[in-house]
Formats: sequence, C-alpha cells, structure tokens
Amino acid sequence: MALDSMQEIFDKIQAGQKPFWQVVRDTDVEERQVTAEASFRKMHATWRAMVESVDTYRADRRSVSGLVGGDAQKMWDYAAGQETLCGPYLQEVIATALCVAESNACMHRIVAAPTAGACGVLPAVLVPLYRRGGVEEDAIVRALYVAAGIGAVIGYRASISGASGGCQAEVGTAAAMAAGALVDLRGGTPEQIGHAVAMALKNLLGLACDPVAGLVEVPCVKRNVIGAVNAVSAADMALAGIESRVPVDQVIDCMGDVGRRLPVELRETALGGLAATPFGQSVKARQEERHRGELR
Amino acid sequence: MLDIFDILGPVMVGPSSSHTAGAVRIGRMARTLLGAAPVRADIGLHGSFADTGQGHGTDRALVAGLLGMKPDDLGIPESFEIAVGQGLEFRFHTIHLRDAHPNTAVLAVESADGRKLVLQAASTGGGRIRVDQLDGVDVSFTGIFNTLVVRHQDVAGELSRILNELSVSGVNIANMSLNRDRRGGDALTVVETDQKIPQDALERIRVLYGVLGATYYEKEED
Repeated sequence: MALDSMQEIFDKIQAGQKPFWQVVRDTDVEERQVTAEASFRKMHATWRAMVESVDTYRADRRSVSGLVGGDAQKMWDYAAGQETLCGPYLQEVIATALCVAESNACMHRIVAAPTAGACGVLPAVLVPLYRRGGVEEDAIVRALYVAAGIGAVIGYRASISGASGGCQAEVGTAAAMAAGALVDLRGGTPEQIGHAVAMALKNLLGLACDPVAGLVEVPCVKRNVIGAVNAVSAADMALAGIESRVPVDQVIDCMGDVGRRLPVELRETALGGLAATPFGQSVKARQEERHRGELR
Repeated sequence: MLDIFDILGPVMVGPSSSHTAGAVRIGRMARTLLGAAPVRADIGLHGSFADTGQGHGTDRALVAGLLGMKPDDLGIPESFEIAVGQGLEFRFHTIHLRDAHPNTAVLAVESADGRKLVLQAASTGGGRIRVDQLDGVDVSFTGIFNTLVVRHQDVAGELSRILNELSVSGVNIANMSLNRDRRGGDALTVVETDQKIPQDALERIRVLYGVLGATYYEKEED
C-alpha cells in the first residue's frame, strides 16, 4: 500500500531519485488512474480555491450562532495602524487563518485541509508567502503535494477527524502539513520536512475537540491561528537544523494513541472542555431555543 | 490509502465536511436515484444530524442536494428559498434509528410523475457518504464509483442479463451486490463500475425482461 509511513516516502525519494512532491503525485497518478498533468491540474485548482477563499472574505458575515465573524478584519486594521509584535509575515498568517476559518463558519466556500474545521491553516501560511512575491505558483502547488502526502500518512497511521482523535488530529495534522509544505518551499531536505512535521504535531499533542454547542465556531476559528503559527515555528526550527528527538513516524503513531485515549467528551461531542463551561452551556441553550422557534 | 484529494479537499461550502458537504451528497444521491426532480421530500434526521444539524446547515445542505447542487455550490445557504422557487416542498423531523451511524438521514422523496424513493444514508466523515438502505432493502455503496441501481424481479438469470449489457459496453465492474428482502420478491442489484455506463446500455437494461426500473449515479467529476 502506498504512503503508509514517512519512512516509506523517504525511501521512495532515495530509490527513485525524485523529490518529495513527485512521490506523492506519482502515488495519486497510480491510485486514481489519471495522467500526471491531470493530477497537477487538480492540485492547481485546489490551490486557486484556497486563494479564492481568502479573496472573497467579507467582514460583515456572521455564523449561525452569531459568535463568529469580523475578527480577521480587526487583525488587518490593527496591523495597518501600528507595528505588531509578531511582524509582517506572522500578522498576515494570523489574519488569513482567521479569515478562512470565519468564512467556513459562515457557510462560505473553503478547501477542507484536512478537514473543514482546520481549513484556515494551510492558506494562512501559503497565501501570505505567495503574495509577498518571489514564490512561483507551481512551487506552491508542489508544496501542496508535500502537505497532502503528510496528511495521507497521518490519516492512515493515526486520524484526521476530531470525532476519533480530538483537535490534535484536525488542527494538529493541518499544522504538520503546513510545516512540511513550508520547509519544502524553502528548499529544505526530506529529513527536515520530517522533523518539521514531528515538531508541529508534538506541540499540539493532546489538544481536545470541544466545540461550543457542537458548532465549528468556538474555539475552532482561533485554533486555526495557533495551528498556523505553530507550523511556521516548526518549519523555521527544522530549517535551522533543529531536529525532533522522537522519530516522525513514532510521533504520528503516538498522536493516534493519544487520540484513542482521549475521553469521548473531548472528541467533538460537545460534552466536555469549553463546550461544558457555563458560557458554552448558555450558547447551547440559546441555539436549542431558536431551533424550537423555527420548527413552530 | 486515502485519496490525497480527500486530504486536500473537498472544495466545499462550510462549516463541516461531515455535516454539510456529506449532507449535500446524500441529498444529491436521493435526487439521482429517484431519477427525476423531487417535488416533495420528507427528511428524517438521526443522531448528531438531529442534534447539531441546524447549526451546521445540514438541513439546508440536504435540500441543496435534492435540488441537484454539489458540495461547493454557493447556493447551499439559500437552498430553502431556491426550493420554494423550484416547487420542492420539504419538511424535517427527528428520528431514532437502531444501530445507525450518528450522522444519518432518511429521505422519502417523490417526483411530479409519481416516482417514489426512500433512501437512508450516513455521512461517514470528510464529506464521504454511504447509502445504507433503499426502499427498506439493505445496501452499501458510497458514490465513489459510477453506480447503477436496478430493481428487478427475483428470478433466475436476471443478474447475468444485466451484467451482459455492461460487458458488451466495455464497462468493468468494481463492486456488486444483489439484495432482496425475501425470496421471490423484488430484488435490488447495485453495480459500481470503473467506466461510465453509456446511455444506450442503460436503455437496454431498463427494457430487459423482469427489470422494474433502473437509475444511475455518475460519480462527481474533478
């Protein structure tokens, strides 16, 4: 079976003398029985859909509960008025993560990566980099193959769903994918991609999935920010030559194991964590009241 | 392995791949297997679909699918209003099924020319779906393949006649099942194929001896 471990990808890179992204593309070509060009076109279209999800943001949209919307604009306005603590690139990363995740909560079009709840992380790190110039669009598409390959391995060995693995499986996986994509874009080695993935995943290990009222709103939108910022730091560490002491495939297996040990209350059921706070309960009660009102 | 475009994708209207994108696909599957535009839909929501469906737009997503929309259609949030314009009456209620996936919907749909279908399907994660029952008969297919659904009399040789029509059209079978609720009653054959089934093959299958009806779901294009 294809792409069952990061080690297998490293081995294929070495055996085939081809880059990371090509190993993933060739797997897609084989699995879906399409041409290399058709595969690349589809990945390119996926990238364009990500860019569009950023470009079509509107600050006046609100989610069903009314809790989500307008925060990306606040970040942009703040950054326009003064020097931010985190500097030009990271401030864009934060605003972009908010804008895509808010758009998702407001029923707008996004790219699930790996899930809708974590859709803000990859565009958050990639779109600002692309907008700053100096990065070819095709290089971004190649980096998306790297991200997809990482996600496929994590999906196979562990989990990419909050219901089975908690938020570490959604935003954690998105962060690992984004970190790997960034290292690839900066010309890092396959091993450095592996270390970035391991570090990004380790830093969010154990993160609960505890959505208030069961909605993909609170805390999901802002967790996209921490996923993206975490990805940037993991990528920079890996590019600096810092290594994960625990091998990447063991980290992935460990994430899956932690996910299985998470109590069911912390796996998307909205029974624990932030969902169980007095605030979370009041939002839930308000939602149920509205639901009954609409049924009448 | 998972399709890498299930990892980076689908391109979809939010907020949830299971509660929104999967729900659109369930609605669209019901419309397709009905074989016509529905004018009436009675929609039962089970488990998490009933509990958090409204907040995730599951209700609007199911209706959008019944109108023929795909998961990336920006009309999904306005599907209720569009349905009124297209003459689709719908209503929702909560149901409690035994041993069903938590994200399950049961859609009873009817077309203007009197065709009826009851479809039970689950949204199994990442926007993927699985159809579990058609008109009370247990089935299991996902829409990842082109899918032919034939209702026919439970008589000897029926399956081979259907498969022969596919074979002469060069259509390769990926998965297949024959389902019935009792011997000698009506049977339901579900055939998942690698290639698209040509229109003329479908027409020949529809007029085979013993065939009561055939509908066909073509997998979503890239």
